[in-house]
Amino acid sequence: MKIVLNGTPREVRAANLAELLAECGFSGKVATAVNEDFVPAALRAGHGLSEGDRIEVLAPMQGG
Amino acid sequence: MKSFYGTELPNPLMLGTAQYPSPAILEQAFRQSGAGVATVSLRREGAGGGGQAFWQMIRDLDVHILPNTAGCHTVKEAVTTAHMAREVFGTPWIKLELIGHTDSLQPDVFQLVEAARILTEDGFQVFPYTTEDLIVGEHLLEAGCEVLMPWGAPIGSGRGLTNEYALRAMRAEFPEVPLVVDAGIGLPSHAAHAMELGYDAVLLNTAVARAGDPVLMARAMAQAVVAGRLAHEAGPIEARDMAEASTPVIGKAFL
Repeated sequence: MKIVLNGTPREVRAANLAELLAECGFSGKVATAVNEDFVPAALRAGHGLSEGDRIEVLAPMQGG
Repeated sequence: MKSFYGTELPNPLMLGTAQYPSPAILEQAFRQSGAGVATVSLRREGAGGGGQAFWQMIRDLDVHILPNTAGCHTVKEAVTTAHMAREVFGTPWIKLELIGHTDSLQPDVFQLVEAARILTEDGFQVFPYTTEDLIVGEHLLEAGCEVLMPWGAPIGSGRGLTNEYALRAMRAEFPEVPLVVDAGIGLPSHAAHAMELGYDAVLLNTAVARAGDPVLMARAMAQAVVAGRLAHEAGPIEARDMAEASTPVIGKAFL
C-alpha cells in the first residue's frame, strides 16, 4: 500500500499505525497524526491504514 | 514571585533550546543561565531518531518543559500539535503560538484566543504568545489562560522592548496575572528592562544561542533578570527633565 510518511511517498506492508512505526524503524518518544488528526499512542494498533494516508511522526526537537 | 499554573520557578528566565552551535554548548548555556524552563518543539523524526538524543539531554537538565506550537498558522494545526506535544513531553503546559504574518511572525490573535479556549477546556495550561494588546489579553484570560506572554519585538529580532508604553500598561491592567516578555530580547539590558517594568519572567532564545559566546551570554542574562527584578522591587526614581544636585547646597563654602 502506498502512503505518505513525513511528506515522502512510501510503499509499506503495515496494516495499522503501530505496525507502520515498527516497519519504518521508529522507536522512543514519537507522536503520530494521520490525515492531520492526532492519533494517541494507545490507539495506534487499532488505527488501520488506507491507501494514500498522510502520516506524520514527530519527535522532540529544539525550539524557542 | 508569582507562580505559573501553581509552579514556582527558581528564577525569572525561560530559555529556548534552538540554534545553539552544538548540543554541548546548549547544555552549558542552560546550566549557566539557571533557567527553570526550557522551550522545545516537535518536528518530523528522521530515520536516525535524532529527536531521542535531544530529548535525553533536555531531561537531564531537570527543568520544566514548555513545548511550543511554533510555525502553526491555523487553530486546527496548533490544537493538533498541542495534543501531540502533551503526549510526548508529558506536560499540560503549552506555549501557544499562532503565527499570523510571515515576515514579522506577529501572532494571529483572533485564532490565538480560539485555540486557547479549546485547549484550556481540554485541560491544557496555556502560555499564549501574544501582542501587547490589552483587549486581546482580556479575551485570553476569559478563555482560561492564567499567563500572558506579550512580545517585546518580533521573534529573533533582538530589538528589545519596542513598545514600552503598552507593556507598562499591560502590567498595570493585569497586576495579578503572571506576565512574561516573550521574543525580541537581544541584550541583557532588554531583559533587565522587562523585569524593571514588573514583568514576572523573560523568555528568550536567539540572544543567547546566536551570541559569540552563548555560555557567557547565558550568565549575563541570568544576572540581568535578577538585577531587573531587584530594581523593580526597590522602587526606581522617576525620570526628570532637569538636573537636581545630589550634593547638598547647604554648607557649601563661600569662596
